[in-house]
Amino acid sequence: MQMKEYKPLIVAFCCNWCSYAGADLAGNNRLNYPAEVKIIRVPCSCRVNPMFILRAFQRGADGVIICGCHPGDCHYTSGNYYTRRRMATLFSMLDYLGIEKERTRVEWVSAAEGAKFAATMNDFVKTVASLGENKRLEDLRCKR
Amino acid sequence: MQRIGVFVCWCGSNIAGTVDVKAVAEALKNEPGVVFSTDYQYMCSQAGQDLIKNAVKEHNLTGIVVCSCSPRMHEATFRKTASAAGLNPYMVEIANIREQCSWVHKEMPLGTQKAIILGKAAVAKVNLNTPLTPGESPVTKRALVIGGGIAGIQTALDIADAGFPVDIVEKKPTIGGKMAQLDKTFPTLDCAACILTPKMVDVAQNENIRIFSYSEVEAVKGFVGNFEVKIKKKARFVDETKCTGCGACIEKCPQKKVPNEFNLGMDTRRAIYIPFAQAVPKVATIDPDYCNMLKNGKCGVCTKFCAAGAIDYKQKDEMIEEKYGAIVVATGFEPISMDKFDEFAYSQSKDVITSLEFERLTNAAGPTAGKLLRPSDGKHPEKIVFVQCVGSRCSACAEKGKEYCSKICCMYTAKHAMLTRDKYPDTEVTVFYIDVRTPGKNFDEFQRRAVEEYGVNYIKGMVGKITPEGDKLKVRGSDLIANKQIKIDADLVVLAAAIEPDKSARPLATMLTASMDTNDFFTEAHPKLRPVESPTAGVFLSGTCQGPKDIPETVSQAGAAASKVIGLLQKDKLVGNPCVASSDQLMCNGCSSCERVCPYGAISYEDKDFPGPNRTTKTRRVAVVNPAVCQGCGACTVACPSGAMDLSGFKNTQIMAEVDAICK
Repeated sequence: MQMKEYKPLIVAFCCNWCSYAGADLAGNNRLNYPAEVKIIRVPCSCRVNPMFILRAFQRGADGVIICGCHPGDCHYTSGNYYTRRRMATLFSMLDYLGIEKERTRVEWVSAAEGAKFAATMNDFVKTVASLGENKRLEDLRCKR
Repeated sequence: MQRIGVFVCWCGSNIAGTVDVKAVAEALKNEPGVVFSTDYQYMCSQAGQDLIKNAVKEHNLTGIVVCSCSPRMHEATFRKTASAAGLNPYMVEIANIREQCSWVHKEMPLGTQKAIILGKAAVAKVNLNTPLTPGESPVTKRALVIGGGIAGIQTALDIADAGFPVDIVEKKPTIGGKMAQLDKTFPTLDCAACILTPKMVDVAQNENIRIFSYSEVEAVKGFVGNFEVKIKKKARFVDETKCTGCGACIEKCPQKKVPNEFNLGMDTRRAIYIPFAQAVPKVATIDPDYCNMLKNGKCGVCTKFCAAGAIDYKQKDEMIEEKYGAIVVATGFEPISMDKFDEFAYSQSKDVITSLEFERLTNAAGPTAGKLLRPSDGKHPEKIVFVQCVGSRCSACAEKGKEYCSKICCMYTAKHAMLTRDKYPDTEVTVFYIDVRTPGKNFDEFQRRAVEEYGVNYIKGMVGKITPEGDKLKVRGSDLIANKQIKIDADLVVLAAAIEPDKSARPLATMLTASMDTNDFFTEAHPKLRPVESPTAGVFLSGTCQGPKDIPETVSQAGAAASKVIGLLQKDKLVGNPCVASSDQLMCNGCSSCERVCPYGAISYEDKDFPGPNRTTKTRRVAVVNPAVCQGCGACTVACPSGAMDLSGFKNTQIMAEVDAICK
């Protein structure tokens, strides 16, 4: 029997200054990427609390990606460096808990990189889709 | 409970082409808090905005969700609409269903489904929005300029011309900086003193400018518009208000063996001194390291000869506290030390000199009265070798040099070579260079004149070693174009030393919480679009403290910094961004985690009393965010281990609600 096509649920955190603008540029240039990607705007990638990511996985997200300004270009000068360190720690912990490293990602996308944003999302969705549904952290109490 | 209105925009067919806007409006009707939901062709048009305003009144709305284009496009528009309708502008959220939905997805069902989810996330967020009011802070209408070189002088003059009071803090006894030490300036070859000293006099005579010479910034508190600065006025043992600058004390001072730093130690001065004839302020200073009276209480000659009675051996350092609205950093540069460049024999021979020393040697007010004579034996040099890029563009030798190009060396070396050939046509002049970099108005023409009209011998290649032998300097280098080794017996070698930021810049940056790059140059708020502002609000950059530059560039940057300061000082109040961090003092344990990650130094700590058990009070250290300084990045919110820190407009609960709405 043919299975229904699996669509992963992807949460993307984008910093307001670079990556959110990069996502807008992807839109301006009509560069397609899967509708499974839902973007949440944050002032800086360093605003992303690991709790948000855990929450997303508990709620049934299949992949979480954080996009920020390139190192050295942060609007707040150093925010993305904190992101890089915090996420390296968090992702290895998640990997230990059974959330594969491929389901989490940090990418630097500038406001001029609409094409990179679309390409990144296409690639990330493909990678996560190949891993299948994420059940590991899903908290049934969070599901209504 | 909020009363939320949802407004779905068609944007003509831009959104409606791939998103079923009616279905979106219908689906969002049943979300918690939503009392009204509609769609319209162009929500940003006047008619669309009126529709929103009417709905606010009719349905008594407390929050608005607009499903439309990117918030980067029209968030400000819809916030104004909300304001006009009597709502707090921060009760508006935008669901981006154009750039991030209809334009990137082709199939109507998928687009519609995603637009609904984005709308739900925005509704979930608005449910937790609270009205925000931007804070206001007053502006002290006085500017501080740190550094009294040409950058500081120009900035101060421009600010003062606009009618605002300015203080210049200069660590040396006189303003003037490096430019005062130069002989001629490229590309026009007019004398540096002739164009600089009138500006120094302008500064001294300007009613709006105060000069704190021989002074240093000791501490900086506060934030944009409201800086409190402590300035240490070092004791010069001469009463500035009495000294007339006549120089009688200097003539009579018996301590004659003090190395003269203005001439880079190539001659001597007295223990009481005025750095140079046109110094501003023209006031004597006693060097406590050499003055016999200050060292062992035996002398007092200067007191006897001072007709004005200005000498005061008991003078103490003085602390001045002043408030400023803006601070301009103009700390300038220093040539790097040649200690690590042993191959060029700088420490072994007096006849190997740096370019700045060469400036003093050719300057009419210098140690040789402008005659080009060898420092070792006072003879006229017949063969001079100039070596460019000493310590500049030195990626392989980062521990002794600098990776960057010092930018000014190609031009001043061409100037030195040209002036030498002009004054002494019998001199043979050779320049070793890696590349000749002369972009700038009339710069390349200038360098070509050195080669074509003045017959300066330019060799592409680097000098490998210089060895003093007898009274000659054996220079060994390579000519990369002729592909051969070159040996020159030179009489004088001039090293174009790389320039680096002044040593005082690093501690100053810490005081100002202004960021620096790895080379200790101050970082600009944006490398292209905000080149004279530091990322720290209210701190501006002028001159070489931001990166190597020549005089014309420095002066234009100084003017630009001044215009930014004037723009700030002419405001009566500063309106802040209300989306800033704040700490819940009941949860905060004063651990300092947030303070360490704050790039702006916006977080401080205070001891606060809290009610304890049995009617006692407990004093605890808690974090306090200064909303005028906070830029709202949110780094602290994540660093806070107790979850006390939160960011208005992007609260933990709000983002969490968005995550929940998306993952439902």
